[in-house]
Amino acid sequence: MAGKVVTISSGKGGVGKTTATANLGISLASLGKKVVVIDADIGLRNLDIIMGLENRIVYDLVDIVEGRSKLRQSMIKHKKFEDLFLIPAAQTRDKMAVSPEDMVKLTDELREEHDFVLIDSPAGIERGFRNALEPADEVLIVTNPEVSAVRDADRITGLIEAAEKGPGRLILNRIKPELVKKGEMLSSDDVFDILGLSIIGIIPEDELVLSASNSGVPVTLNTDSKAGMAFNNVARRLTGEDVPFMNLEDDPGFFRRLVRLIEGL
Amino acid sequence: MQEELIAIKGVNGGLLIELSTTEKWQMVTDHLAARIDEKAEFFAGANITIQLGARPVPKYELSSLKALLERRGLTLSLVQSESETTRKSASALQVAIENSRGWEAPAPAPISQETAPVNPEETGTYGTLFRRTLRSGRTIHSEGHIVVYGDVNPGAKVIAAGDIVIWGKLRGYVHAGANGDESAVVCALDMSPSQLRIAGHLVTSPPGKRKEVMPEVAFIRDNQIIVEARD
Repeated sequence: MAGKVVTISSGKGGVGKTTATANLGISLASLGKKVVVIDADIGLRNLDIIMGLENRIVYDLVDIVEGRSKLRQSMIKHKKFEDLFLIPAAQTRDKMAVSPEDMVKLTDELREEHDFVLIDSPAGIERGFRNALEPADEVLIVTNPEVSAVRDADRITGLIEAAEKGPGRLILNRIKPELVKKGEMLSSDDVFDILGLSIIGIIPEDELVLSASNSGVPVTLNTDSKAGMAFNNVARRLTGEDVPFMNLEDDPGFFRRLVRLIEGL
Repeated sequence: MQEELIAIKGVNGGLLIELSTTEKWQMVTDHLAARIDEKAEFFAGANITIQLGARPVPKYELSSLKALLERRGLTLSLVQSESETTRKSASALQVAIENSRGWEAPAPAPISQETAPVNPEETGTYGTLFRRTLRSGRTIHSEGHIVVYGDVNPGAKVIAAGDIVIWGKLRGYVHAGANGDESAVVCALDMSPSQLRIAGHLVTSPPGKRKEVMPEVAFIRDNQIIVEARD
């Protein structure tokens, strides 16, 4: 089996890379794929917390690369999915502990037995980003509908193109349809207009994401969540399925309905 | 029969294989493969020169021949041919080529003098073409003019001693006439630069979205930068 290495990147921090990685990992696993997620943010590890696997960490990415542990014993199995594994980042080292070549070697090994290897890239454009980019077959770029996040997404798209890793596809995270409607937030069309990248997912703002991340149960496991559904759709598109985009404006949601009700009084 | 399809000679440092110029390509290459397999030891590791004569060999045929040799551990190091098609195929596949008669083909004829500008005023000046979108963080320089076929995104920089032509959206930083040429111009299909400079002058775009997008030209008049629509 020759699995696909997908790097999730953004340039800017705090736009939802790690959340997206965790949710895509879970969605892909629930579609029956064999998945490994790698936290490449050495020194600032987070992915384990969002996936609820923090207290199971024994070995980490740097241990594998430096030969202190075997790959198999370092992969943490997810509580719910048999075929979903996490390779956590080291917390006590920095990005220089791993080289892009190490990552290529590691992912080539993982590719053999898994359908997808997802790499959570650190923010920035330095070594950590290079580590995450080098082994990628495809890059997903996460951005928010904010000018600064889009600017950074544009910057790393240039770097991704220069590394001949294709143009990448865009995950537009934390869209608030009602703000877009009022013209107070960049719309997906505005973002597309600037970046010229094809969009693989539009994730609506959803409070459930925050509580899900804090509790270590990613939001895709919550069937009530629109953001969760949107992440599931991204995962299906990653597997090559043609999934139409959700209409975010049709269903105004509970809060909006409440506002309308109050406005109507 | 076989002898007519292919002829093999030893030449200094390798083998020269002459292929029939008239028999079917498939038949000829099948025979070649059979001959190599028959005497694998004789051929082992040899540098191969293939003589194709006047036969026009398209790229896919030459590529399959190259692959056929490579599968058997042989390198196609040179192709001899008189056919223009074969020569193009060889250069597309990055295989060395020479004329069958052993001398190098003459370089393509230089553009005829008749087509060169007769009037010296028609002589152009030099520039550089960038055929891609320039994203944030990219900078391009030229001592001549710059033409970008693509967008210039915010955070990208274009700096030229001469003119700048953007066949796309200009949203980044541009500096035309960077060495002080006040006659330099900047053209764009959608002129919304974050900063536009010509020689020592500078303007920024007014904030907010523009209602109408049209090709515009920026130039210096009366010591300030003017932006005018061109329709």
